[in-house]
Amino acid sequence: MNTYFHSVRLDRDKCKGCTNCIKHCPTEAIRVRDGKAQIIAERCIDCGECIRVCPYHAKIAYTDPFSDIGKYKYKIALPAPALYGQFKNLTSIDRVVLGLKLMGFDDVYEVARGADIVSSAAHRIDKHNYPAISSACPAIVRLIQVRFPSLIGNIVNLQTPMEMAAIAAKREYAAKHNANPDDIGVFFITPCPAKMTSIKNPYGLNKSNVSGAFSVIDIYGLLAGQLKKPGVTADAGDTASVYGVNWANSGGESAASGIDNYLAVDGIQNVIKVLEEIENQKLSDLEFFEGLACPGGCVGGPLTFENPYVARSRIRSLSKKIKQKKPSAEYTQQYIKDGSVFFKEPIKAHPIMSIDNDMVAAMKKLEQIESITERLPGLDCGSCGSPSCRAMAEDIVRGDAKEMDCVFKLRDKVSLLAEQMVELTVKNKQGDK
Amino acid sequence: MPDAFTESFDIRAKDFSSAGEASAKIKSVLRLLGIDPSLIRRVAVAAYEAELNMVIHSSGGKMNLTITPDCIALLCSDTGPGIADINTAMREGFSTAPHDIRMMGFGAGMGLPNIKKNCDTFSIVSDSGGTVLDLRFLI
Repeated sequence: MNTYFHSVRLDRDKCKGCTNCIKHCPTEAIRVRDGKAQIIAERCIDCGECIRVCPYHAKIAYTDPFSDIGKYKYKIALPAPALYGQFKNLTSIDRVVLGLKLMGFDDVYEVARGADIVSSAAHRIDKHNYPAISSACPAIVRLIQVRFPSLIGNIVNLQTPMEMAAIAAKREYAAKHNANPDDIGVFFITPCPAKMTSIKNPYGLNKSNVSGAFSVIDIYGLLAGQLKKPGVTADAGDTASVYGVNWANSGGESAASGIDNYLAVDGIQNVIKVLEEIENQKLSDLEFFEGLACPGGCVGGPLTFENPYVARSRIRSLSKKIKQKKPSAEYTQQYIKDGSVFFKEPIKAHPIMSIDNDMVAAMKKLEQIESITERLPGLDCGSCGSPSCRAMAEDIVRGDAKEMDCVFKLRDKVSLLAEQMVELTVKNKQGDK
Repeated sequence: MPDAFTESFDIRAKDFSSAGEASAKIKSVLRLLGIDPSLIRRVAVAAYEAELNMVIHSSGGKMNLTITPDCIALLCSDTGPGIADINTAMREGFSTAPHDIRMMGFGAGMGLPNIKKNCDTFSIVSDSGGTVLDLRFLI
């Protein structure tokens, strides 16, 4: 694929050209040029940090329009477990399942059930690269591809719960209703843009099994209305276990997978710090690292409605009321035995940090970056449109910025010019005499 | 002038708030140069261990990074007590780090063996005036 699909985009009309997003982007993928933000496609990992911090809501996430379900004869919803944290006083998953059916879905397969299957395959984690790193958060996987390529071998060989749910949903629906799998559309209800991106640019497989994705925030209003309807009490069939549902929270995957020696970290800047330590082999006695880009885990996704801490506490109360037992080994084994739970393709590195393909040229440019950085004020104010003075120096060397874009450099230059003009005027006057 | 990039980093003794910054900077320099990720990781591990050794054991020193198209050289020189018995210090698990340092998660006695494991040539000279580590990585 030539152009990499990104869910995270800019609404130019709303952008005021402030510096909030450039300062918060974990991969320094945004610049402000000519008064508007620009996203550098190769660097963006679709984590959605910019969506969270933009005061003007100029950063948006593309998700599919709900009308897309009409493209398929049979429509299945794949709700992320984070969805359950959005509703007050939710006492059972059945109500959500039936609410989704009232919205027009023929069936519902919870992503938490996909998580149940993935958790049951955790004993198959490759133990030669410690710590094993979770593959569940697409923003973190992409972060590793672009910024920590040496850790790619540590990522576990397991499909995400979303992909696993899509595989199982299609297969089970087709078998039960004697339907053609091509007629079945499976739609993920996503808390984040990174998952949307991973449907278009899948990792660990060539083509995603998911047909499309709607954001939790888009579904929220419609679904909340359905939940209020009387009669939404019937049995929804098989539902996920408490273990699968808790994948929505940071640490949920580790707990569900029965791993004791784990480290669960949420929030992308925190994850970056720990990945640096893993790269320095400081944590080589650790068995499993679960890194999630959003605060609190998926409950804190930028496309959710509820405050992540509230959502987390709601899932905790819901947890007491739902199935406490993991699914039967007979059920999960079918997806382990036929290999569907494992990656089909290796994850590839996409290092983006290098400044020139030729090493000697890169060294020269690096010298230039160092000397420009020394000349810049070091305030990292962002007024030039680059996230830091160092990043600006890199941009200048790449040809994307000029030293006079720095307001402090410009001020010095202007005062120098003013002095020179005064000198010149004085000299001219003296000449006149 | 031959094609070389050099940068020098000051390492302060017992300064745990900035410990690891030099090796982090070295890592970002290597990323900018487009060095192979597995080599970056080896340099990063060695640089981090060497930096921490200087912070923990020495009275401070310098790390000098020199990069040429075929080699990354890291010269770490410190002033301080030096290493009494290098052969013993090279043994995995041998440590002279005091208790408080171990409580911080350092001083497991893997530093020097780990540095050696990760570089292509390793030389160490130490006397009572300090220690010099000369680490080379072939590109």
